[in-house]
Amino acid sequence: MTVPNLKQTAKPVKPKTNWSRMDEADNFAKTVKLFRQGKYDEDSFRRFRLQHGAYGTRMTSDYAMVRIKLPAGEIYPHQFEKISQLSEQYSIGNAHFTTRESIQLHWVILEDVSEILRSLAEVGMTSREACGNTVRNVMCSPLAGVCPDEAFDSTPYALATAKFFLRNPMTQALPRKFKFTFTCCEKHGMARIVDVGLIPQTREIDGETQRGFKIFLGGGLGNKSFVGHQLEEFTPEDDLLYTSMAVIRLFDRLGDRTNLARNRLRYLVNEMGWEKFQNLVLKERAVVRATQSVITRLKVDTIPNEVRQPIRISDESGESTPDGYARWLKTNTVKQKQSSYHSVFITLEAGDITSNQLTAIADIIQDFSAEGKARTGFNQNVALRFVHEDDLVKIYSRLLRVGLAKSGALTMTAPIGCSGTTSCNLALTNSHRLAKEIQRKFLDLKLDEDGDLSGSSIKISGCPNACGQHSIATIGFFGGGARVGKDMYPNYQMSLGGRSDGSAMLGEICLRVPAKRVIPVILKIIELFKEHKKSDDTLQSWIHRVVNGNEDSQIKSLNDIKKVLEPLTIPPTKEDDPDFYLDYGSDTSYHTKTGKGECAA
Amino acid sequence: MCCLSGTVKITTDVDSLRSEIRDKSVRVIDVRREADYKQDHITSAVNLPLATLLSDDSPERVLKLVNSMGIDDETRVVVYDDTFGALASRVAWTLEYLGHSDVSLLETTYGNWKSLGLENDSQIPNFQSKEHSMKLQSNILATSDYLESAKTRDDVILIDNRERLNFLEQHIPGAISLPYRTLASDGKILRPKEDMKRLLENRGVTENSEIITYCGSVGTLSGLAYYALKSAGLSNAKLYVRSFKEWKNLQKPTEKQEDASYWDLSAE
Repeated sequence: MTVPNLKQTAKPVKPKTNWSRMDEADNFAKTVKLFRQGKYDEDSFRRFRLQHGAYGTRMTSDYAMVRIKLPAGEIYPHQFEKISQLSEQYSIGNAHFTTRESIQLHWVILEDVSEILRSLAEVGMTSREACGNTVRNVMCSPLAGVCPDEAFDSTPYALATAKFFLRNPMTQALPRKFKFTFTCCEKHGMARIVDVGLIPQTREIDGETQRGFKIFLGGGLGNKSFVGHQLEEFTPEDDLLYTSMAVIRLFDRLGDRTNLARNRLRYLVNEMGWEKFQNLVLKERAVVRATQSVITRLKVDTIPNEVRQPIRISDESGESTPDGYARWLKTNTVKQKQSSYHSVFITLEAGDITSNQLTAIADIIQDFSAEGKARTGFNQNVALRFVHEDDLVKIYSRLLRVGLAKSGALTMTAPIGCSGTTSCNLALTNSHRLAKEIQRKFLDLKLDEDGDLSGSSIKISGCPNACGQHSIATIGFFGGGARVGKDMYPNYQMSLGGRSDGSAMLGEICLRVPAKRVIPVILKIIELFKEHKKSDDTLQSWIHRVVNGNEDSQIKSLNDIKKVLEPLTIPPTKEDDPDFYLDYGSDTSYHTKTGKGECAA
Repeated sequence: MCCLSGTVKITTDVDSLRSEIRDKSVRVIDVRREADYKQDHITSAVNLPLATLLSDDSPERVLKLVNSMGIDDETRVVVYDDTFGALASRVAWTLEYLGHSDVSLLETTYGNWKSLGLENDSQIPNFQSKEHSMKLQSNILATSDYLESAKTRDDVILIDNRERLNFLEQHIPGAISLPYRTLASDGKILRPKEDMKRLLENRGVTENSEIITYCGSVGTLSGLAYYALKSAGLSNAKLYVRSFKEWKNLQKPTEKQEDASYWDLSAE
């Protein structure tokens, strides 16, 4: 270990991988011109645009959304600064963190996308294959490498997988999008709700520790969601790439290319039946392994990352601990397996962040994270890892100053809301704003401090497609419209009991809740839970028991919950409560209105 | 257009200005607030706060101000601010409109000048007032009436330089959005020429068009855009100096992006 040097500023950590290619920016600009001149047909252009990470925007062809993919969620300070700058130049002065560890710039003029690609290339970032029918951002748990429960750090494997498949000819025209998620452990989850989910594990063979994975296939969230199946007991690390290739080849060959609504891997697995698919994968893998003309390997870089001596400002005598610190510490930080270090989670309102805050994060990483970079998380959030425990008060003060110290990051007061009617063509409701409203209200009520609610989650999608991941939420919602006579109002289908950990299951539909009744309904559920809970119950465990029919109190089933909630959902007349008929963030009467979907995860 | 000939540089680099100051061959105008100016400013600079200019920017008044700063038709003028060039642009444009041809913007802001440790002091320079002529350059000004009729022509491009959210919410029909932040790069108030040309060309803004810029209220952000266009070689540009504020007050038609709650995507 180096001797702490109090005056020296830490040297910036440089990314190991350059994901970009400058020529793609020029090519994009050229292609947009051809398209506008009518020399490129609409369908081909859309495929091209999506392949480069530019997604369509609600009710207009003038604007695009640019999705910047961050393999394994890794992002460096100078990259934060660049995104801050881009958000002011080409977007609406802020950026949006997604549930798949990407960052989106919305309301970008299509003709400006190439300028963004150019700037991204300057800092080694890419939006290539962030959308479209290809391998999407390869995710990795934000706690991989620091999680006390993990067998080993899966990050290098996630990065190597991303590198292998990016721009790989075999992934350029898949039947549909294809997603990998590496995680750290069973508890931190998400491995069973994706096309390929991986949890690191080890086994002992002749006294040697062998690394490998539990691989889950065919899970996924959407209009119809499925939980993935484990391929085999133990997949050794040498078989990781062959297995991935085998699954992609099968999907490429057998996937449904005609029916857009049913062409994800999970439908193929479901229609074929798991055992048959499992068999095919194992056989295909043998073929892949045997027929490589050269040895094809993942380039897994397992050289440990440098852990720098973070800057320590030793004289802080005058500074007192700011209000709210204890609450923030409890709900936003996690102890790492490395002693004395914490991971600090920054929760954003439904993933939105201003350009100034992006710049501030860059500085804060530089000053406090001993690994000199950050990770985007599963919940539209950011994790700063390797923060020394002696620095927690200081980092809290810094975050507080720039409005990034909102508590409840790891609780149900930080709901997920997809972009909804703020920019998505498919959205029926303003799920994005609803998530913000819930967060504001629940933080006011200090629900983040309630230990009984820990481990529970709220997730909201603006339509039946599951970009907001509603089906794995303890309390999930997806949007739709309902009507009283001629008058429409925004409405949500509520499901209960979803989870993505080792006991992964999809939430069960409970009832429809009008948008303006969502908050009272959630509060009523909490009230019911408090009334009927056993002493060591959490909201999650109680709902889980009810949903699975194992509860013995008065509330025994979803139907019992429904009966209690129903009175809250009865529409008032328009005269009595005109606000009921408006969606959040809108003062004009509500109508459902959608355009063509391009699949907006 | 004789007085707008290509020989005048749109921006002046730091070193050129320093040598011009040493040679006493330039009048430097600081457009920041008086209090800021009094604290310190680029050596030899005079102060013309933008607010002072805007309180009455009739040509007669501007002429008096120009004379009082010791500027005649031949004086070389460089303008700077600490607001990414937008305020300086508005003042430079006003001089140009009056008929003064030799005016440039400092390529960087005062804050940056100072952080580079370049010459500054708090001395208020002495000089004699001069006589400037008045040859109004109406070809660089767009009034609301002019804009309304020009807008219908195919060869006219109207550019809105406000932030994107403001544009989505409300804009002059037919305008394209080019937020002022897009114009700068790496410590300079304007991008390098080739970069600017590429950006504009991608957006279909080419020299075959007459281009009119506007912003929120007084023509600062759009003033910067006016110079951005010129820096890319697009000299057929006009500033709608009264901008969107006047347009709305006149109750002329506006347009908005419908059917999307884009404001809720903002983190403010």
